[in-house]
Amino acid sequence: MVKLKSVFKAYNQKKVIEDVSLEIEKGTITSFIGPNGAGKSTLVSMISRLISKDGGAITIDGQDIMHTKNNEMAKKISILKQTNAVNLKLTIRELVSFGRFPYSQGKLTKVDEAKIDEAIDYMELRDMQDRYLDELSGGQRQRAHIAMVIAQDTEYILLDEPLNNLDMRHSVQIMKTLRNLVNEMGKTILLVIHDINFASCYSDHIVALKDGKIVKQGRTCDVIDRCVLKDIYDMDIDIKEIDGRKICDYF
Amino acid sequence: MKIWHLVTLLIVFSFASIFLGVTDLSPKHIFNLSETQQQVLLTSRLPRLVSIIIAGASMSIVGLIMQQLSRNRFVSPTTAGTMDAARLGILVSLMLFTAASPLQQMSISFVFALLGTFVFMKILEKVKFKDAVFIPLIGLMFGNIISSISTFIAYQNDLVQNMSSWMQGDFSMIMTGNYELMLISIPILILAYIFANKFTIAGMGEDFAKNLGLNYRQVVNIGLVISALVTASVVLTVGVIPFLGLIIPNIVAIYQGDHLKRTLMHTALLGAVFVLFCDIIGRIVIYPYEIPISLTVGVIGSAVFIFLLLRRRKYGL
Repeated sequence: MVKLKSVFKAYNQKKVIEDVSLEIEKGTITSFIGPNGAGKSTLVSMISRLISKDGGAITIDGQDIMHTKNNEMAKKISILKQTNAVNLKLTIRELVSFGRFPYSQGKLTKVDEAKIDEAIDYMELRDMQDRYLDELSGGQRQRAHIAMVIAQDTEYILLDEPLNNLDMRHSVQIMKTLRNLVNEMGKTILLVIHDINFASCYSDHIVALKDGKIVKQGRTCDVIDRCVLKDIYDMDIDIKEIDGRKICDYF
Repeated sequence: MKIWHLVTLLIVFSFASIFLGVTDLSPKHIFNLSETQQQVLLTSRLPRLVSIIIAGASMSIVGLIMQQLSRNRFVSPTTAGTMDAARLGILVSLMLFTAASPLQQMSISFVFALLGTFVFMKILEKVKFKDAVFIPLIGLMFGNIISSISTFIAYQNDLVQNMSSWMQGDFSMIMTGNYELMLISIPILILAYIFANKFTIAGMGEDFAKNLGLNYRQVVNIGLVISALVTASVVLTVGVIPFLGLIIPNIVAIYQGDHLKRTLMHTALLGAVFVLFCDIIGRIVIYPYEIPISLTVGVIGSAVFIFLLLRRRKYGL
């Protein structure tokens, strides 16, 4: 379980995260939604210890993230940020192999190789595993990075806008994969996402942020609500139920 | 290019290098050396060969490490001020201790090289240019500023002539007794090999490295120390060899990718082969005289550099 207690973060005295407390259960998908500048990415980066917090406490399975060895944390929680930043010429397999770094420090064992194969097969990248990342389309590259995270084999997976720059088909593909990771492998996934319909259709819980504070958190069906969304986005959003799923019409 | 191609070239050029020179020494003499020939072989030709191989291999690898850590393909000891800072260090050591031992000179030069590279990396963090080409331009300017400080100090102290000897890389003065310091590069390069995976991960960016539990700062600092040490030892014994750390890693990346574990050996070998080749050219062109290595490498290297710049989109650099 991921627990945040009164977490606080400021840049040059400007508060970006204020008194955020929440609990995330194992085996669920939790989406963080909210307008630009709400502090979603900052929050996720703090949970994954990429940036430090200025106050409060974050624990994962009872361990304080700041007082646990980097290497141990890397076996427990992984984060995937925007993936177009990588500019090294690496093959898919090389990238996925890096996922095993916390376990092997670069000297791959048989177990590592097996995990790498498994991750590559899971993301259906077998045919192109020796191609360079810069030759791939955005969707393929995203899949390669997710394969790396699968190889890293952490219980908790954080993704910062995983659907950025992806077309509808690839977006759905990625979200289905994430759902499967939770259902089949028992992973716990936290993601920052902009499209509230994807959040509505694929997540168990939603945390809505605005100006660094939690506006509402709870089960998806409770957060996807006309009043709540009005509060977050300052927009009148019509919500329709189609086959038991809440779809927001904000156009 | 396969690794054995490079090894073959290295062996062929090595033989050529040993048997090329004013003193007549050819393969047929090898089992029947006269005293002069033996002396030339042991005190001049072999040390020269060894220093060329070490300089070529180590400067190329340093370039490769610097490029990965700075995440910019155009950063190298020449384009990051490292070489200029190392030279300033030697100059300062000469002024502080009139009879500085090579080891003292190298230590001070190392400290300067490290500081210079560090300042450059700080500049890199502050200035976020979209176009990768601006970074080496800033580095070159930074290097030239350091260089002009050196020249000023040297001018004030009548050391201009001494300084120009490190300005131009030159293997013709290498002899037993004055190149051994370079051997320090060998254990350092082994260290680089051990750290190869970590350098590549660090090259993927701070967030990426932290996610995998890597101590990013520590790895970057180790990389910078390695670069400064190797650069200082090479500048002190041979002098400045321009562009080497820039072009060799980029050529290797084109056909071998960017995973350090796969590129280190290629980079080292190609670097050695390239410098050997340039050295042989420099010894033939105006035989029996010599053109300094910095000139031949500079001419060939800058042409390759421009070529890489123009074709970089095609190679995805």
